[in-house]
Amino acid sequence: MTVAGHVERRAGENPPGGPRRTRTRRGATRPREARRAYLLIAPALLLLALVVGYPIVKAVHQSFLTDPGLDKATGMFDEGNNWFGLHNYTHWLLQQCASPDGGYTSCPSGALGSQFWSSVGVTVGFTVVAVALETVIGMGFALTMHRAFRGRALVRVAILIPWAIPTAVTSKLWQVMFDPQGVINKLLGTHYAWTSSLWPARSAIVIADTWKTTPFIALLILAGLQNIPAETYEAAKIDGANAWRRFTSVTLPLVKPALAVAVVFRALDTLRMYDLPQILTGGSNGTTTSSILVVDQLTRGANSASALSTLTFVLIFVIAFGLVRLLNANLFGAQAKAVR
Amino acid sequence: MTTTTATTTAPPVPAALASAPRRGRGINWSTVGTAVTTMIIVVWCLAPFYWMLVLAFRDNDHTFSTDPWFSHVTLDNFRYAFNAEYNPFARSLLNSLLIGAVVTAVSMVIGVFAAYALARLSFRGKGFVLTVILGASMFPGVAILTPLFQLFSSWHWLGTYQALALPQVSFSLPLAVYTLTSFFAEMPWNLEEAARVDGATSGQAFRLVILPLAAPAMFTTAILVFLASWNEYLLSSVLSNGSTEVAPSTVAIANFTAGPHIVPYTQTMAAGLIVTVPLIVVVLLLQRRIVSGLTAGGIKG
Repeated sequence: MTVAGHVERRAGENPPGGPRRTRTRRGATRPREARRAYLLIAPALLLLALVVGYPIVKAVHQSFLTDPGLDKATGMFDEGNNWFGLHNYTHWLLQQCASPDGGYTSCPSGALGSQFWSSVGVTVGFTVVAVALETVIGMGFALTMHRAFRGRALVRVAILIPWAIPTAVTSKLWQVMFDPQGVINKLLGTHYAWTSSLWPARSAIVIADTWKTTPFIALLILAGLQNIPAETYEAAKIDGANAWRRFTSVTLPLVKPALAVAVVFRALDTLRMYDLPQILTGGSNGTTTSSILVVDQLTRGANSASALSTLTFVLIFVIAFGLVRLLNANLFGAQAKAVR
Repeated sequence: MTTTTATTTAPPVPAALASAPRRGRGINWSTVGTAVTTMIIVVWCLAPFYWMLVLAFRDNDHTFSTDPWFSHVTLDNFRYAFNAEYNPFARSLLNSLLIGAVVTAVSMVIGVFAAYALARLSFRGKGFVLTVILGASMFPGVAILTPLFQLFSSWHWLGTYQALALPQVSFSLPLAVYTLTSFFAEMPWNLEEAARVDGATSGQAFRLVILPLAAPAMFTTAILVFLASWNEYLLSSVLSNGSTEVAPSTVAIANFTAGPHIVPYTQTMAAGLIVTVPLIVVVLLLQRRIVSGLTAGGIKG
């Protein structure tokens, strides 16, 4: 809409003595421009339909089918892919496993089927704790970088390093440092088996994740801070607001849109976390995230894994949607504004 | 060349002036506080990386020595990492380069078209297309992984390059479109108009005016896409299906071994360093552009 207005305005600005130009301009009417746009966008949408759309539709379809395996009732091998209704979903949600007599009982502990809710708890727990830590520390980083005069270049360089290291390498690095004989125990004077007992393992993952991704959140917040005009602070200062008042009444409200977008993006990333816990602890000792559970299930039965990945995707969607509403985050606003 | 990137980075001067230290007598505590927190940030960010550096050059027998300086220095870890007898790390680096190059090329070629249309042309359903592209990048990898695993399994594609490269487009293409659209939206497109007023054909205007202006933005985007591909682990680890022939470096590092009875920590750190150092060099050389690229998609005003 706005672009069309732009075109008209530009057409109006044309000097009258340019007949050839006027013709080309008049030729670029909206339908033609739109047709060109659709042609340019089509390959991207087609490719996304192929690598995202199709797999997701297929996953949802598969989630209603049986996995290949021995038919408990007949004792014969069944190729699978028969209609199974919601059984794959009840398997995960109600933790019901097939029993030898052909009925359903609650899954034995240790079976993947019994781990659904604990993996949801672990995933959501990591997300809440890690994103909260990253936001608070990232805010501190951003405020410092915003003020820093001398060390600005150094901080900018330093902050990009945790971000630049591949997560797989980060995980190995923290695994080495969290070794029972590693440097962290030596520094703290402790003897934790960090990666092989429940709460230390969980803490280790949150610590490593916070280290790696705080820089990213700090950069996003800094971008928001730099859009606050200096006069706003001057005015608040003249009105007698102290540093804390200036932070709560000027900085926070004005940086909130940037902060909200950063929190939503980080939450989305943490909810699908896989690399870090998988490499650091192997997903053992209460660190199995939903993504790890899906991969564990994958080779044991792809159709029930599809139900699990669909549940994971719904869970992430619901939480992200709730966060967007709660924080009033405008994920598209920034982009739409730029496009305009 | 650098003019476009300069405009995408928020000008730091006015904001910095607001917190400029007041000149005068006595200690300015706020400056001291900023200096201290600056130091804390630098140490926080660099200490683990420094430790990786120290361990990568340390004799494996002294893995657990807490000497904070470079001691028991050796290059054996690097020799070991590149020894194909022990592990496929060298091969995995080539795999990462190959997969990253293909993924980046495909995403950039298709992404530039889409981003140009989104930033520059008017058409119905633009908001919908943006939503689809942003939405696609938000799907958890596992949501597409299960059906792809089955599909590739039935095609005998598991452990092939195409099985590793193709699914990566699901996140690299949205990333490319998103970043490029933000960059393109800020380009001085009226220069193109001006060139055409001066008699250039649309092809000439694009080639002589727009392309040189857009090149830095496209380069930055390509770097971000390549980094994302270089870092990818979930899809690669599952779809390579144990084949070390095609597995990228992230998978090789996660499975790094050093034979029986050895905790391969120092060797793993050496391999990790080899994977990381090129990225750090690129990031340091292009830091301003990378930061504007990272923030361009996310936040404007």
